[in-house]
Amino acid sequence: MSNRYIGKSIKRVEDKRFITGKGKYTDDMVLPQQTYAHIVRSPYAHALVKKIDISAALAIEGVVAVFTGDDIRNAGINGVPCGWQVNFKDGTTMKEPSHPLLVGTGDTIKHLGDAVAVVIAEDRNIAADAADAVEVDYEVKNAISNPFEAVQAGATPVHPEVAPNNIAFDWTLGNPRDEVDAAIAASHHVTTLDFINQRVIPNAIEPRVAIGHYDTTSEKYTLYTSTQNPHLIRLMMSAFVLGIPEHKVRVVGPDVGGGFGSKIFHYTEEALVVWASKQIERPVKWTSERSEAFMTDAHGRDHVTKAEMGFDKDGNVMALRVKTYANLGAYLSLFAPAVPTYLHGTLLQGLYTTPKINIDLVGVFTHTNAVDAYRGAGRPEATYLLERLMDLGALEMGMDPADLRFRNFIPPFDGVTQPGYQTQVALQYDSGNYEGVLKRGLEMLDYKGFREDQKEALKNGKLLGVGFSTYVEACGIAPSAVVGSLGARAGLYESAQVRVQPTGKVSVYTGSHSHGQGHETTFVQIVADKFGIPMEDVELIHGDSDTVAFGMGTYGSRSLAVGGSAIMKSIDKILEKGAKIAAHKLEANIDDLEFNEGKWTVKGTDKSISFGDVSLTAYVPHVYPEGLEPGLDFSSFYDPANFTYPFGCHIAVVEIDPETGKVKLKRFLAVDDVGNVINPMIVDGQIHGGLAQGIGQALFEGAIYDDNGQLINGSYMDYCMPRADDLPMFEIDRTVTPCPHNPLGVKGAGEAGCIGSTPAVVNAVIDALWSGGHQVKDILMPLTPERVWRAMQ
Amino acid sequence: MGVKINVTVNGKAYSHDVEPRTLLVHYLRDTLLLTGTHVGCDTSSCGACTIHVDGIAAKSCTMLAVQADDCEITTIEGMAKGSDMHPLQEGFKECHGLQCGFCTPGMIMSSADLLSKNPNPTEDEIRHALEGNFCRCTGYHNIVRAVQYAAEKMAVEV
Ligand code: FES
Ligand code: FES
Repeated sequence: MSNRYIGKSIKRVEDKRFITGKGKYTDDMVLPQQTYAHIVRSPYAHALVKKIDISAALAIEGVVAVFTGDDIRNAGINGVPCGWQVNFKDGTTMKEPSHPLLVGTGDTIKHLGDAVAVVIAEDRNIAADAADAVEVDYEVKNAISNPFEAVQAGATPVHPEVAPNNIAFDWTLGNPRDEVDAAIAASHHVTTLDFINQRVIPNAIEPRVAIGHYDTTSEKYTLYTSTQNPHLIRLMMSAFVLGIPEHKVRVVGPDVGGGFGSKIFHYTEEALVVWASKQIERPVKWTSERSEAFMTDAHGRDHVTKAEMGFDKDGNVMALRVKTYANLGAYLSLFAPAVPTYLHGTLLQGLYTTPKINIDLVGVFTHTNAVDAYRGAGRPEATYLLERLMDLGALEMGMDPADLRFRNFIPPFDGVTQPGYQTQVALQYDSGNYEGVLKRGLEMLDYKGFREDQKEALKNGKLLGVGFSTYVEACGIAPSAVVGSLGARAGLYESAQVRVQPTGKVSVYTGSHSHGQGHETTFVQIVADKFGIPMEDVELIHGDSDTVAFGMGTYGSRSLAVGGSAIMKSIDKILEKGAKIAAHKLEANIDDLEFNEGKWTVKGTDKSISFGDVSLTAYVPHVYPEGLEPGLDFSSFYDPANFTYPFGCHIAVVEIDPETGKVKLKRFLAVDDVGNVINPMIVDGQIHGGLAQGIGQALFEGAIYDDNGQLINGSYMDYCMPRADDLPMFEIDRTVTPCPHNPLGVKGAGEAGCIGSTPAVVNAVIDALWSGGHQVKDILMPLTPERVWRAMQ
Repeated sequence: MGVKINVTVNGKAYSHDVEPRTLLVHYLRDTLLLTGTHVGCDTSSCGACTIHVDGIAAKSCTMLAVQADDCEITTIEGMAKGSDMHPLQEGFKECHGLQCGFCTPGMIMSSADLLSKNPNPTEDEIRHALEGNFCRCTGYHNIVRAVQYAAEKMAVEV
């Protein structure tokens, strides 16, 4: 098969509309008769709603309707569901409080920004004014925001009826705890870290938007929403929340301005605008303000952890023992229970041959916004834990951090001639060459030269440091039967339809959703190559539940590995049927045909028929194989055999100003192995973006809730995100170890950058401090100048 | 209660009655349906709404529509000449300077302002000039390259 496109940095097809201002994001849509919603949110984290008075709001001219939590309760509408069940160690069912669309009179506000009413008006200004006029009488109560404090005796319960001790579930994984205790006790050296992996806020630049539209004649509901997975939203909203027939619901996720996980979940506002539209028989649009996004878009991370790594006298890792309190927020968001458990605990083998591993974890409710998957989801937390311990262990033992890793790496395995690697924490890695990425990283760094520069810098009163992070992660969560046994309430396959039109042009429908990943280019590259036709002849369609039959959407770096594989299955079916038609037309035996360069040729002859002619024949079946159905159009579902396991090596070089504690990121190197690569330019871009977010967590970002559950830094003025002048040009390279179990050999690239980078930066700062004689074990992220300066005193 | 304003947007003259509190960005988006200019925040921090007012980059969420009376405005929709892309538009595409595209119009408008004042900026100068524009997707690496691409291209064209 000819590869004119696969493996090439083809410029993106979708760019034209974005660079000319013609992108169509949800907020760009205006439906006839559209109204505007503004949500009345609680300014308190924990309060009893004593009274909601909407009379003044209703009196404002231009207000169409006001609905409160009482209306929602009276209408019998359920809350938004959680999609993953993690039961207690002893088998007790997970504690699962309901998450109502609006909180009614007599009910309790559980976090800052919890909603009590929605005001709908003729324009956005009137809606905002009227929302101000809604009077809510609150009885404010004590709030709790730290997960460790929340589980102490006497802590204020978030859900007194459901989880009086604030515990949603407890969970363990790995070798029996006593075996791990013994291995730790027998270790020559134990490196211990008590640390917080702080809460971060995804902050896609497009705020969430939802438009509900109930059509009175067709009795059909349409939801336009900034989502990463329209079909999933349709299923949850219709079946679990509103109780309306799924076939009467259309969900469209048009152009979406970044997701990073935060647009996976079914949010209350989506169901609210759909329901409200039915009540007023007009479209209802809600556009989140940034301040609302800070309060209500699901957050990420937020672990309080104690981790201990035991080494023998040569530096071999003998055991890892972990205790984590994972903050889930006030309500269980869609994937929340899975993130600290099956996406975090399962990754604690890292790249190392550690023989004994155990994690003990508690999922905790607090009076804070929900925590769920944010780029990497659990895997950055696991990598942070492991990689901090590796570099710190090396410093404590006086060993070289690179040598320590080489000593402990799992040896290379391709998953084809050598088996996958069975970890102590449930997963089986598919293929890996971990030494390879670190070797390449050290070369790019000029490690020896760096250590000399470091000494030289010290003489001049400057602190230079290098930090390493070598990671493995797990993408494309699957197969469905396995994730089902782990508590998932959904399958995690993907669907695709490839429709060849009579003229040989091709429409591809994918259940994946692009919100920056470039599917309209990458997926088209594959299809065009496989059919030997120009890319211009192929179009990718996604994001609309009425045109795409089904889909599970885009998250967990799954689009290409799972969605791309589904497309491959349909391509195979088309080529198989096409060969039958070709053989008939060429009066040849099907086994004598080969497909190449867009045509079927009888081997060893010049007799051939083009893809386009076969397509036409399929739809004009005059000379046609007997018994074969007309048409050339196939749907497929692909349920992977395993997760995929990308890996890599990230290296940070920092300089600390000893006067101010300010950290300057001088270099950042990344060598990632994401398996085969379809479009190197796009993969590089994914890595860059991930790096910026991971570095952001290390140096700049962190949500701060105070003791009253107030979000202290809930705006762009207060929450520090990396800007252009905070980052260097990234130095990136890759190795290629194909995935052995999917047809494209791809692993996934969306999250890698964010998974490896955070600990590399922190390790570099710690290395710099040690080089200057400050033997600091840990500094709370983000590493602000003040924190670093204090650590030096 | 509306106030009458006359503005020229992308070379076309408009006259509308606007509410005094209407933000310029909402006037552009809601009244003129020029939805290429985006809103990403409520604190003048993200730059997604950047346009040119009388040739100078401005955050259109920070101006009232009435303040634009008698002004010449350029938005992202006015950057290409027919099917000829502005070198910055081309640079963003060639260098993969965008992913989700939401920050892109603002980035291009801010970059255009930079290049008009400093046709040959250093990497540091580009990063500094764009510090008012958030991008959450690209890590800025390819945005810097896109601006460099455009600067080179414009130098040749002159
Ligand atoms: S919308 Fe964010 S600066 Fe204008
Ligand atoms: S391309 Fe998505 S925010 Fe910049």
